Amino acid sequence: MNDQYILEVKNLTKDFPGVRALDDVNFSVRRGEIHCLCGENGAGKSTLMNVISGVHPYGSYEGQVFFHGKEAHYKSVKDSEKDNLAIIHQELALSPYLSIYENIFLGHIKPKFGVINWSELIVASKQYLDKVGLHEDPDTVVSKMGVGKQQLVEIARALSKKVELLILDEPTSSLNDAESEKLLQLILELKKEGITCIMISHKLNEVLEIADSITVLRDGKTIKSFDTNAAKVSEAELIQHMVGRDMTHRFPEKKHQISDEVILEVEDWTVFHPEYPDLAVVKGASFRLRKGEILAFCGPMGAGRTELMMSLFGRSYGSRCSGTVKIDGKEHIFHTPKNAISAGLGYVSEDRKGLGLILIQDVKTNISNSSLDKLSVYGVVNKHEEIMAAEKYRKSLGIKTPSIDQMVKNLSGGNQQKVVLSRCLLAGPSIFIVDEPTRGIDVGAKYEIYCILNDLVASGKSVIMISSEMPEAIGMADRIYVMNEGRIKGEISREEASQEKIMTMALQKTQEK
Amino acid sequence: MIDSREQSALRTFLDVAKANMRNYSMFLVLALIMIGFAVLTNGVNLHPRNFTYIFIQNSYILILAVGMVLVIIVGNIDLSVGSLTAFTGAMAAIFFNRMGLGFAATVALTLFVGLLVGVYQGYFIAFVKIPAFIVTLAGMMLFRGLTYIVTRVTPITPRTDIFKNTASGTLDVLYIMRMAPNNRGVMVEQAFHLLPLILGALIVVLMVVFGMRDRRNKIKNDFHVLPVGYFIAKQVFMAAILMYLSYKFALYRGLPNVFIILGITVVIFTFITNNTVFGRYIYAVGGNARSAKLSGINSERVIFFVHVIMGMLCGLSGIVFTGYMNSALPDAGKDFELEAIAACFIGGASTTGGVGTIIGAMMGGLVMGVINNGMSLMSIGANWQYVVKASVLLLAVWYDIYTRKKSGLG
Repeated sequence: MNDQYILEVKNLTKDFPGVRALDDVNFSVRRGEIHCLCGENGAGKSTLMNVISGVHPYGSYEGQVFFHGKEAHYKSVKDSEKDNLAIIHQELALSPYLSIYENIFLGHIKPKFGVINWSELIVASKQYLDKVGLHEDPDTVVSKMGVGKQQLVEIARALSKKVELLILDEPTSSLNDAESEKLLQLILELKKEGITCIMISHKLNEVLEIADSITVLRDGKTIKSFDTNAAKVSEAELIQHMVGRDMTHRFPEKKHQISDEVILEVEDWTVFHPEYPDLAVVKGASFRLRKGEILAFCGPMGAGRTELMMSLFGRSYGSRCSGTVKIDGKEHIFHTPKNAISAGLGYVSEDRKGLGLILIQDVKTNISNSSLDKLSVYGVVNKHEEIMAAEKYRKSLGIKTPSIDQMVKNLSGGNQQKVVLSRCLLAGPSIFIVDEPTRGIDVGAKYEIYCILNDLVASGKSVIMISSEMPEAIGMADRIYVMNEGRIKGEISREEASQEKIMTMALQKTQEK
Repeated sequence: MIDSREQSALRTFLDVAKANMRNYSMFLVLALIMIGFAVLTNGVNLHPRNFTYIFIQNSYILILAVGMVLVIIVGNIDLSVGSLTAFTGAMAAIFFNRMGLGFAATVALTLFVGLLVGVYQGYFIAFVKIPAFIVTLAGMMLFRGLTYIVTRVTPITPRTDIFKNTASGTLDVLYIMRMAPNNRGVMVEQAFHLLPLILGALIVVLMVVFGMRDRRNKIKNDFHVLPVGYFIAKQVFMAAILMYLSYKFALYRGLPNVFIILGITVVIFTFITNNTVFGRYIYAVGGNARSAKLSGINSERVIFFVHVIMGMLCGLSGIVFTGYMNSALPDAGKDFELEAIAACFIGGASTTGGVGTIIGAMMGGLVMGVINNGMSLMSIGANWQYVVKASVLLLAVWYDIYTRKKSGLG
């Protein structure tokens, strides 16, 4: 084993039911460097980090992970922590109602005779807080602080465990510019103290700013590793490797005609957070959807896209909302999803397992659940028609399942998504809202989903697609709305759409109206 | 390509086998337990008289289990059913004795009281969104208290035998007399009831006819059907059980009245859960409430009505139990909620909701009933009966979790 590497991953393959998340990945991290991991959503970055840190236990993957030249057999995160490896996930793992110092020492408190000396811990916590530059009373309850500060608590927590390898999964995704900059400086500080760091990031400028090495992952494979100290790397070069595929073949050809008829018109839509009724999550959004059009909503995480769509769909989100919704020029007020469905709206959630499907039910039942009124006479389900309907969509959408009696839990992500789409289609809406329709789905199935969406608009329906993958939005949409911080920042037509344009529009300062 | 097709055909076959194993394993377990006790009691437990009494003694729990399984499928629990059975049972006696109402009016009014209680509990659970555990825990105390109040802590015996006959009597018509050995082996003249046999045979014929019609229809439309071997085995199995049961009833006093009441209840609610939109909604809400909501299902209303049904069935159970004891007792229904809940879980309902069947709950209830009965016949006291029932409950749920994990369903 080469001693200069703190971590080496060899021929790592990890399968999830129906999806190969990692495919023969090789990856090495030198001692004391900052190593950045880049790739599109679903490229396998987080999975790779989860394997390394023991979230996916030894035995659930093929291949080897070497830490300090020794093969690691982590059964849980606890084992990797013993080896001084720490991971900070995208979703912070702090206990919200405990104080800073309690969170810092949670899980590795060393009590004397079973008794915790809290005052000693408060004092001890101060040095870590100083190190990360968080000037807060250690007694503060973490849920009262912003995400940026919570992130610092996480790092302080990692430091208190004498960390040698720190893994950060998109640490700056929910931070503003100043907070991000501060965090990056901190990572550079830690490097000076000899802590090795792996950072996953979508923000290429940050990556280029601090990385010693960069590895690009795509579709579960390592594409290329760069040594930024040896040769200069450009953003364009990274993007090229991240995207890889020829853009023209990733999306099906479009042939449909868009009519000038506006089918959906939303004016000044404002939505408030379900738990903090004073916090506006969507602020005065207005947009229009034409018949036969695919509309994409782009923007970073937390831009308010899902919240906007779910609140439109029968107030499935939020405490209060205001504004007007017109379908075919007629104003509607939806109190429940049922109202929205009967007015011709359909919504396919981004959270397929949590909100979309009933995993313990079979394919047939999942498809028919929204349309039982249509499939029944006097409240008695016509099982014959139900089977016919389910079979129709199994064939037309190409759902790969042994039979429609198969539990959806056992289907792959792409096929599950087709089941949700079938349910939506069977209800017969004229406006489809699809939220991240291709998340966690392999490339082949993505293409099929795109074809389904194109067929829909070709048959005169309209589609609103929320997508975090900009190439997808550009490849599919006729028009793109860019959202950030709860506002619609602008509108881009298909002809002038580019990733740079979308990003710039999302990040520009809001103009005062 | 052919390979993978064969593989998937094999997998389908195994899936079907597994799914059906799960459905019928309860029948098998029940049969094994009965055979076990038959050995231990020299066949006394299979005696027609005892057989009839197993149903009579467990009917009120089984009626409660019908409602409880719906509550559990929708993802809730109802702790109040024991107290509510006592309360409605007491109200029935009061309507009948103190108010002098006729039996039919008494039954109608008692069911209505149960329904009202269901409305009250369902409202707080479904619309105010107080956890069912809390609402029904409060109900458990409330209705016990109300029972004490309305009965003035004294048993009320119905003024005629009609309650008693409803709960413990049999449908004593259409029989022939013949000579047969009695308990002591002496030849005496005994009745042989034709009605149970005729009804049993009729149900079997209907089952086979409908089953075949459905199957033909599916084949005609090129739908997926079970292999013909499964189909025949299933029909033969069900027919055998039904005819065995009919035969046992025929040899004693004919169809027990409560068996008819229970049978109708089970048929109605099995139909509701399997064939109606409302039934489907119950499973959908229990399987994933948030997804159900986004599918356009009014989950609050579904939960509400499930609790209303539970309340009404408590009313029915109350009438039956008052009849069984021939008295409305202030302390009636103690632990009934736990027995009903245990019946559901032994019968394969899932603690997380979305899974369960009426038939399963009936089987679960009978498993416990048969164990109680068998141990009583062996003169083993209630103390050990509790111990054994506890083990059965734990084993049944453990087996359920184990098979679910193995078949990738859990």
